[in-house]
Amino acid sequence: MTDVAASNVASATPDTMAWDSRTRRVVMIYLPLACFILILLFPFYWMAITSFKPNAELLNYKEHNPFWITSPTLAHIKHLLFDTSYPRWLKTTMLVAIGSTFLSLFASTLAAYAIERLRFRGSPYVGLGIYLAYLVPPSILFIPLATVIVQFGLFDSPLALILVYPTFLVPFCTWLLIGYFKSIPYELEECALVDGATRLQILWRITLPLAVPGLISAGIFSFTLSWNEFIYALAFIQSGANKTVPVAILTELVTGDVYQWGALMAGSLLGSLPVALFYSLFVDYYVSSLTGAVKE
Amino acid sequence: MSVTTFPSRGGAALRQPGRLARLFDYKPFLIVMCLAPAIGLLLVFLTCPLGLGIWLAFTDTTIGQRGIYIGLENFQYLLKDPLWWNAVFYSIFYTAVATFGKFALGFWLALLLNNHFPFKSLIRAIVLLPWIVPTVLSALAFWWIYDPQFSIISYLLVDVLHWRDSNVDFLGSPWPARFSLIAANIWRGIPFVAISLLAGLQTISPSLYEAAMLDGATSWQRFRYITFPMMMPILAIVMTFSIIFTFTDFQLVYAITRGGPVNSTHLLATLAFQRGIAGGELGEGAAIAVSMIPFLVFATLFSYFGLARRKWQQGEAND
Repeated sequence: MTDVAASNVASATPDTMAWDSRTRRVVMIYLPLACFILILLFPFYWMAITSFKPNAELLNYKEHNPFWITSPTLAHIKHLLFDTSYPRWLKTTMLVAIGSTFLSLFASTLAAYAIERLRFRGSPYVGLGIYLAYLVPPSILFIPLATVIVQFGLFDSPLALILVYPTFLVPFCTWLLIGYFKSIPYELEECALVDGATRLQILWRITLPLAVPGLISAGIFSFTLSWNEFIYALAFIQSGANKTVPVAILTELVTGDVYQWGALMAGSLLGSLPVALFYSLFVDYYVSSLTGAVKE
Repeated sequence: MSVTTFPSRGGAALRQPGRLARLFDYKPFLIVMCLAPAIGLLLVFLTCPLGLGIWLAFTDTTIGQRGIYIGLENFQYLLKDPLWWNAVFYSIFYTAVATFGKFALGFWLALLLNNHFPFKSLIRAIVLLPWIVPTVLSALAFWWIYDPQFSIISYLLVDVLHWRDSNVDFLGSPWPARFSLIAANIWRGIPFVAISLLAGLQTISPSLYEAAMLDGATSWQRFRYITFPMMMPILAIVMTFSIIFTFTDFQLVYAITRGGPVNSTHLLATLAFQRGIAGGELGEGAAIAVSMIPFLVFATLFSYFGLARRKWQQGEAND
């Protein structure tokens, strides 16, 4: 009875002020939303349009409308791909991102399985310890880490980045995967135990296949985070050839007093595209991993 | 006797567990093996450097030269260093203003996205873009947007709207540069805040709003007395993360101003990099980095109390 009354009131209110609520809706929702999207996307539009503009248009706003291109050119991208080591940087970044993603997926799957399913005394504390590791920002670690890296003889090597990135990837992935393992019914594992499977067989044949969505989320997250990482890559890599894209653009392409804005923006655009594409393929996993981790 | 042992022997012959397989089925061993990679990586590359960093802060280590223990000298030096105080001031100011901006705008965007409208999932995907793209690369785009001569914002204000006579000097003098960096940080932070808060908004039961509407609550009252209190726990968590990572931000400032003009936009992290890596004074750089820790501990405690309150709420509303 009360439910009916509630829904009546709820539906009656918009009806009585129908035309008013439509303009209200435009002003209160669509207009601010449009502004948000415009502002959030404008830097990308500006980046894209700059990378295809010839220099004459780029530096002359009086005769050319800066918001549009009259004669688009591929000169900046060509310069980037053939006159600089940009392909090499892309390759290094890809290698580092893929390497550290697999390493952290491997480590965090095992850790999450041990914490959530093997259940030993103190497992919540291990989980909490790993979570706390996520709160230690790279900015306070990079100076001592640089000395550690030098002592290991890994300075200036992409391997150093592959080994160091898991410090911020493993905590996140472990927490994400603990959440996923929790959602898998324990009865399945018990059945397998009764049938005589070993623990590792259970992990490999039963738990992992069921946790694939979680693994994909963690993988995407790790890939984008390691692609975007900057401070470690800046501090640990010296030679131009071994730099990752974000660092290389800032340190190798920014030269002299006259900035090559076309080439810089083309480099930024190309460097953003792989993550943006990767992200658009798996956007649902990404959003769920982000919100899942926050809710955890 | 023989009858009772027979089945187990038969079972053993059937499965043929090798010694290795049996070792991996021994639970304590398996636990250690499973935790070893993660814990090992974190110990070697996180805990160890953290301790080493605190030790370095008490030495006069430089690149290529082992330092000796010099006590609090680095910190005493920093306390007399106006540049350090400047960085502390700007780090706090940057964090406070940017966090406020991110949460005000991000919360607003989350409330907008919580409505029903066409292409909702597409718009939600687009909104996250600034957060996906490498910060340095979008920072470069902002650098170009803030260019003294060819800034698109100046063009809009001067040539299109005729609100100003001269170009805006975004990065040339201290205060405009500070606010320009904060604007870029807010731009980058909005999506994360909005999407996380949206997840929180979607967990609020609609029946609460229906009950409030029955009681004649206005939309502001519904926001103030239902949405906001229900969002407190998730707000606290997201805000802690945001504060920690804004306070220790490095990329944005390093990419756009590198601490200039006249060192006015140095954050503690960029100052630590400039002194520690670029300048080679590892000990002093480490001291600057260590001086961030009290602020971070404060932020983590904030998170702890947020979480505690969340547990209390969950206990009340049966989960």
